[in-house]
Amino acid sequence: MTTATDIAEAQLKMPVQRDPSVERRLFHRTLKPLIGTPVNAVITLVCLWVMWLGVKGAWGWLVTRAVTEGGAQACKVGQGACWPYYEAKIRFMIFGVYPYDEHWRVALAMILFLGAIAISMIPRFWTGKLLVLWAFVIAATGVLISGGVFGLSYVPTTQWSGLPLSFLLSAVGLALGFPLGVVLALARSSKLPAIRVIAIVFIEVVRGVPLISILFMASVMLPLFMPSGITVDKLLRAQIAIIIFAAAYIAEAVRGGLQAIPRGQHEAASAMGLHYWQSMRFVVLPQALKIAIPPLVNISIGFFQDTTLVTIIGLLDFLSTVRTAMTDPNWVGIAVLEGYVFAAVVFLVFSYGMGAYSRFLERRMRLGYD
Amino acid sequence: MRADSMSGTRLLYNLRFRAILYQVLAVGSIVLLGLYLFSNVSQKLAEQNIATGFEYLSREAGFVISQTMLDYKPTDTYGRAILAGIVNTIWVSAWSVVLATLLGLVVGIARLSRNPLLALLAFVYVEALRNVPLLLYLFLWYALIVTGLPAVREAWEVLPHVFVSNSGLTVPSLVWTRAHTIIFAALVLGGVLAVAVHRRMTAERIRTGRARATWPWVASALLIPPVLALLILQPEFTVSIPEKGRFRLTGGSQLTPEFTALLVGLALSASAGIAEIVRSGILSVRKGQWEASRALGLRDGLTMRLVVLPQALRVIIPPLTSSYLSLFKNSSLAIAIGYPDLVMVSNTTMNQTGQAIEGIAIFMLVYLGLSIAISLFMNWYNSRVALKER
Repeated sequence: MTTATDIAEAQLKMPVQRDPSVERRLFHRTLKPLIGTPVNAVITLVCLWVMWLGVKGAWGWLVTRAVTEGGAQACKVGQGACWPYYEAKIRFMIFGVYPYDEHWRVALAMILFLGAIAISMIPRFWTGKLLVLWAFVIAATGVLISGGVFGLSYVPTTQWSGLPLSFLLSAVGLALGFPLGVVLALARSSKLPAIRVIAIVFIEVVRGVPLISILFMASVMLPLFMPSGITVDKLLRAQIAIIIFAAAYIAEAVRGGLQAIPRGQHEAASAMGLHYWQSMRFVVLPQALKIAIPPLVNISIGFFQDTTLVTIIGLLDFLSTVRTAMTDPNWVGIAVLEGYVFAAVVFLVFSYGMGAYSRFLERRMRLGYD
Repeated sequence: MRADSMSGTRLLYNLRFRAILYQVLAVGSIVLLGLYLFSNVSQKLAEQNIATGFEYLSREAGFVISQTMLDYKPTDTYGRAILAGIVNTIWVSAWSVVLATLLGLVVGIARLSRNPLLALLAFVYVEALRNVPLLLYLFLWYALIVTGLPAVREAWEVLPHVFVSNSGLTVPSLVWTRAHTIIFAALVLGGVLAVAVHRRMTAERIRTGRARATWPWVASALLIPPVLALLILQPEFTVSIPEKGRFRLTGGSQLTPEFTALLVGLALSASAGIAEIVRSGILSVRKGQWEASRALGLRDGLTMRLVVLPQALRVIIPPLTSSYLSLFKNSSLAIAIGYPDLVMVSNTTMNQTGQAIEGIAIFMLVYLGLSIAISLFMNWYNSRVALKER
């Protein structure tokens, strides 16, 4: 009679054999998807060819054919990237017409801002202290950029420009659009018909027209709506348009979160004796907003890109300063591609980073860590 | 006294009274705000001597629109100029939607390919297009077309009689007459007929259980009306072929750099979003559905058409709607590179007449109206493909 122990012993005595299928499995895993069928082999060849063209083109433009010395004339003759252009223009492209000697102020403000964002992205720091940090960062960046106190010279908003302005427009737009969006979302799911209709009309009208039309409205029509004698700063007008636009889109993301909360939660909150605002504040919104975080991050990425539209109404955002740098009489028509490639890389880095973060959040949420 | 104050308090705690109070407050404050703004506007307009109303629409526009699908000349009215702008907007959006959908479908499927190289290339394509603003791409494509391509005199002949130069793409074109329009209408009619015939025959097959070849009937329903129209009208088919002269190209029809840049920019950017939508739609159909369908003996094509696609469409259609809508709204960026769409024509009109409020009101209403029309159509289509629950 063989027992389990006997079988185990017999197995131990057997000579160690290599599994003959290991090599074949290696083939299956790595090579079969590439050259398994004739069609696949052709696809692989075409892909390799496309990649080779891309890498060769990029390497040639950036390195082998690049012009590294000389000025505009050398670049005009050369066929590759114009590094002297970057050397001459990089500060203008980033900081725009902000006073040259004060660039350190905006640079410092940007570091503070990006640092605060980096800290806010880590779930471990999601506590009330974060608000204190942000209050400090907002105050500090405001003082640094605007000046007028602590011996810093005053810089008018007409000189705020470049990448800091793009960050400012999108950050303030999202920060102020968020509470407005939450209120709109609550109003849209309210039981009171008049309030619901107002919210629906506002949200759908704003989402139904292009951002550029709201920017036009703010820049052309808003001055007409103000009482005589009151003028609104051009930057502030664009900012108001962006806040309104952001609020409508945020409202829809938050509404999605609100709809995902089962009715039992509302009823339980009422049963506990909480009134509407209390049940929203302590029961419904904390859960709804958590669900809405990934779409909200996607909205943020979109808005960072959409702020480039202020170029059209004549504000000097990052894309606009990059384009202005190209029109410098010394460089006009020489470094067009260089400018756009630089701007594209900057946008790509920030947007891709945010996108990767959004995917991380979604994964984490699916796993249900919190 | 005491009873009165009691009832006052009680009234304030009455839920129905409160609901009415809140709504009256909300509506009232909006009306007051509107009145305040209106009084400001009328005062400002009176101060600045700006006319109001829409009479200006029937005045002569006097400006040139570089390219129109609708016949327009500077002696036409502002109203017609704006209409030409609307047609241009729809024209470029429609072509971009078609291109973006085709590209997005291909790239979305490529993203799921088992070939890692193809999947990687599709991934790079999607991320490069999604993470850089559309406006930047529009400027870039426009700059590449205008500065990167040769002048008209040295235009590249990429295909026989197809020229590429810095003033756009020149292709052979048919000289279009009224007869062609009628034949085209007959073709559309044939299409409608063909769909109807196909439906009838499918219903018949389901009812009787007998399979008959449907394609001869469907094809004849599709083809007979246009062929009849062709035989009756017998129009001339004159093809205008572009020829390279010494200084310019003559003949053919031209896609201007502005149109080409806008078309390419809109289509590429939207295709990246659509690719992601298609990918998630196909991924949402479980593997068991493929296997069950094969077990029933359906071929790959039929599996895709009858089993996978109907289920994937349910997931695909709602986000696809918003991506079409945002493409349509993004076509307003045309103003940045000078394609005369609705916004650009309205902007010129506003600058000439000073009537900013009317101009902005018109283009916002048009966008809103068309957006609502697109979403109604897509909602109708969605309700057709949506899950039919008992």
